[in-house]
Amino acid sequence: MYSTKYIKPNSTLEALEAIKSMGEGKFLAGGMTLIPTLKQRLASPDGLVDISGCDLDSISDEGDAIKIGAMTKHASVAESGLVNKAIPALAKLADGIGDRQVRNRGTLGGSVANNDPSACYPSAVLALNAIVHTNTRSIEADAFFTGMFETALEENEIIEAISFSKPTKANYVKFPNPASRYAMVGVFVAQFNDGVRVAVTGAGEGGVFRHAEMEAALSSNYNADALSALEISSEGLIGDLHASPEYRASLIKEMTRRAIV
Amino acid sequence: MNEVTKIDGIGSSVRRTEDKKFLTGKGRYTDDINRPGQVQAYFLRSDVAHAEIKSIDTKAAQSAPGVVGVFTGSDIAADKVGGPICGWVVPCRDGSSTKEPPHPLLAQGKVRFVGDAVAVVVAETMEQAKSAAELIDVDYNELTPVVDFVNAEKGTQIHEEVPNNCYFDWELGDESATNKAIESAAKVVKLSVRNNRLVPNAMEPRSALAEYDSLDESYTLYTTSQNPHLTRLVLAAFMFAIPESKLRVIAPDVGGGFGSKIYVYIEEAVCVWASKKIGRPVKWTADRTQAFLTDCHGRDHVNDVQLALDEKNKIIGLRVDTVCNLGAYLSAFSVVVPTILHGTLLSGQYDIPAIYTNVKGMATNTVNVDAYRGAGRPEATYLLERTMETAAKEVGMDPAEFRRINFIPKDAFPYQTQVALQYDIGDYEPHLDKAMEMIDYSNFEKRRAEAAKRGMYRGIGMSSYIEACGLAPSAVVGALGGRVGQWESASVRVNPTGTISVFTGSHSHGQGHATTFAQIVADKLGIPMENVEVIHGDTDKTPFGMGSYGSRSLASGGSAISKAVDKIINKSKKIAAHLLEASEDDIDFKDGKFVVGGTDKEKAFSEIALAAYVPHNYPLETLEPGLEENAFYDPTNFVFPSGTHIAEVEIDPATGVVEVVDWAACDDFGNLVNPMIVEGQVHGGIAQGIGQALLEDAHYDENGQLLTASYMDYCMPRADDLPSFKVGYTNTPCTHNDLGVKGCGEAGAIASPPALINAVIDALSPLGVTDMSMPATSQKVWKAIQESQSVAAE
Ligand SMILES: Cc1cc2nc3c(=O)[nH]c(=O)nc-3n(C[C@H](O)[C@H](O)[C@H](O)COP(=O)(O)OP(=O)(O)OC[C@H]3O[C@@H](n4cnc5c(N)ncnc54)[C@H](O)[C@@H]3O)c2cc1C
Repeated sequence: MYSTKYIKPNSTLEALEAIKSMGEGKFLAGGMTLIPTLKQRLASPDGLVDISGCDLDSISDEGDAIKIGAMTKHASVAESGLVNKAIPALAKLADGIGDRQVRNRGTLGGSVANNDPSACYPSAVLALNAIVHTNTRSIEADAFFTGMFETALEENEIIEAISFSKPTKANYVKFPNPASRYAMVGVFVAQFNDGVRVAVTGAGEGGVFRHAEMEAALSSNYNADALSALEISSEGLIGDLHASPEYRASLIKEMTRRAIV
Repeated sequence: MNEVTKIDGIGSSVRRTEDKKFLTGKGRYTDDINRPGQVQAYFLRSDVAHAEIKSIDTKAAQSAPGVVGVFTGSDIAADKVGGPICGWVVPCRDGSSTKEPPHPLLAQGKVRFVGDAVAVVVAETMEQAKSAAELIDVDYNELTPVVDFVNAEKGTQIHEEVPNNCYFDWELGDESATNKAIESAAKVVKLSVRNNRLVPNAMEPRSALAEYDSLDESYTLYTTSQNPHLTRLVLAAFMFAIPESKLRVIAPDVGGGFGSKIYVYIEEAVCVWASKKIGRPVKWTADRTQAFLTDCHGRDHVNDVQLALDEKNKIIGLRVDTVCNLGAYLSAFSVVVPTILHGTLLSGQYDIPAIYTNVKGMATNTVNVDAYRGAGRPEATYLLERTMETAAKEVGMDPAEFRRINFIPKDAFPYQTQVALQYDIGDYEPHLDKAMEMIDYSNFEKRRAEAAKRGMYRGIGMSSYIEACGLAPSAVVGALGGRVGQWESASVRVNPTGTISVFTGSHSHGQGHATTFAQIVADKLGIPMENVEVIHGDTDKTPFGMGSYGSRSLASGGSAISKAVDKIINKSKKIAAHLLEASEDDIDFKDGKFVVGGTDKEKAFSEIALAAYVPHNYPLETLEPGLEENAFYDPTNFVFPSGTHIAEVEIDPATGVVEVVDWAACDDFGNLVNPMIVEGQVHGGIAQGIGQALLEDAHYDENGQLLTASYMDYCMPRADDLPSFKVGYTNTPCTHNDLGVKGCGEAGAIASPPALINAVIDALSPLGVTDMSMPATSQKVWKAIQESQSVAAE
């Protein structure tokens, strides 16, 4: 790790000021992704702005949505009574991230800002038609994820919270990469009064994506059998040591089938 | 209870005394040790697999903050320091010997794998050393890397001394008799298998800390070693040309080895060298990436097998042609593993009248390959047990029955195989029967049908393995090309109050010697185990010994302890005879007491100990005072554990995921000193075997880059990948050591891969699948299912 500055401000405003004062600064949330990157000398930011003191870790019921602060840890989401009641699938997703140590440090904001193509949370953001609240604006889920490790966030823009719409039904099923246990294919299915949203993570070369054909099929018939006739294309899917695009395509269908209960 | 067992003697499942410190994080590993004035070493490693070094510019690094020294291969060459040596060579078919190219401590003129050390930076802190290393400019002239070992012969030559990239081309057995058997056979079963390449992944990465004392011109090296005395011998005699007495090697707590910490690596030697050069203690600790790139890997064979059967399905011949990958340089035991430890195992548990094998060891631009848990024996067992199962299916016999009719009969021991080994004892049907019973083999088809109703494919597979542990005797080892002895040493010191310090030449890095060895001593002397302390891992304390590998610690090291204790007892009897005013012949030793036969006159062991050290009433004219004995034990033969493992799996056709649903292991390890520790070894071995069979694969791309160089891509088995194991035993005590013990450390890793792959193939057999390579990942299994379905559809 290259030497770097470390600041821990007490508010988002101070955090923004701090980061602007650095040439190239980085927000530090749970550090589960950022710290290993630094340790392997793959990044050398001028400074780290630790946002764990900025009061960004509350969970609240907003009526038709659950709003979760960016610094809320995976373990807190998994254990939250509010989340378990309104969107149990989201609690289940959080409970399946990494191991206990990772869940006790990793955060919602860090995961979503990072937009790892194999991360779990982005699929929930997309399928639950969430709104990403930043210090300057509110970004719709469909406009937020712009590619592998890329988001609509501007430089020094900070995620403060994310509002997840309450579905009538939802589920997340993950086929873990056998080694890393990140999603090799993860499917978040959410049913709303006006239709079904299906988001797929772990599989797309451009990161998390919605699957239009499955959404159409399930919107007209919310049943696993509705998928039987569908051919899932392997185009644009990741091929790596662990799974070819064809295998991933097959898993997308299978995980989606399993998500419909 | 009809039998009274002492709670801490032989046969007792006493808890491991060493675990308290490990489980509470109080283990003292090499990296935990710090010396005043210590500096850190960091190795700049090649990021290309094969290249000539045109130039190395270290100027900027030399003057970077905190840097104490930057050294390259030319500095090592100037000081004439030798490289690691090969501890065992074999003759080639053409009469030449194994080609042994030099392995310089730091690259000289050429790099040969990604991770090859090009320079070392020594600095006040590790971060400073790393930063300085980034300033070193190496100009490479890249050469085409050789990665595919099967075709390495045609690749760019890697070493001047190794034509066709072939280190050796070795053979064993009777080729013409075997070929005749194959030609005359009623049936020949042919199979090609690959033994996938594995990364050892000891929990503790390698580490070294070297200190030079300029006053008495001696070195101390703390290092992660399975055999500190061998490390000292190699460093002192072959690399630095100093007397052994000027080098103390300490292997403190070592967090796992699995073979990878047997050898002397270049990093330890460079730390020793630099500690004198700089005049300060030098420490190096690998991070996990370096562990992946530079720890010797394991396995990596391709085997072509032909098994000849007569019309009664009796085996009449076996031919195995093997090509194996040994990597960029020859490591200490990389030659013996695929030859002597592999070829000699090819008879398995079977009576095979003709066997021939040929092994070619190839050089490639990948890291060295050497012993990994089982070392040659898992490869032999895998090819044999896959072939046995395949043959059974091809001739339409139950795999258990096919094995049974080919087993070496119980009354045929000692049994001389056609591949050099003579098995002293064994009885194979009982463990086959017991394993079948444990897994309820006879009702398997019911379970298969029930699974099918759930849409799952269920399969069962077995493996009856033999293992040769505790390489011996030394004379035979020497005749076979070994350059070391294979005895073991022990020194047993009775302290004045009757407590015992045991100094062993073997080394514990997870095996539980502190407990097992103490149990042996406690049992033999009839004293509480708490009174026995086991000391190992320090060349200044322990007698010269060979360390731990090849499941030799109990059979060789434990036997040496037993012999030393016998000497203690003999001398004690003499002392007792004097004290009790009786003849030595009349003294019986039982339950910790020396008794004059037929009387109530007795002396406790502790009284004898005291008399030996406070010899006021003592036969000083005929007996030396003190009570301390050494033993060096050179076994007369290998020990031959054997057993049968049966795996049961279920496969989900939608995902290709293989779930191991049941496992029965029935092993014959001879007498068990601590059954709980043995069971732990079996569990760990099976876990590693399941890892090899389903999950693990060290994968280099065609440029020689290790793609699986972290846990993001290299898949280790986890608890939830494993079933609950059913473990059972049979017992034919070893005939040639006092304890009647065999080895148990590697058996699980040897037995399990073929059992599991046989089960996977059996599960998929309704689809027409007849082969599956390791690791049987979900993707591979899914693909096999898809392909079988598309064949069916055609
Ligand atoms: C062993 C292991 C296993 C894992 N398994 C999984 C898994 O199965 N599924 C899964 O989804 N994830 C997994 N993860 C990733 C985990 O969820 C991380 O927590 C997550 O990727 C990053 O969150 P963090 O809070 O640690 O962020 P950090 O590492 O602190 O930051 C990550 C990035 O996001 C930026 N950032 C952080 N917070 C904000 C914010 N509020 N606004 C703007 N930018 C911000 C940082 O500047 C940085 O660039 C795993 C991680 C590990 C180490």
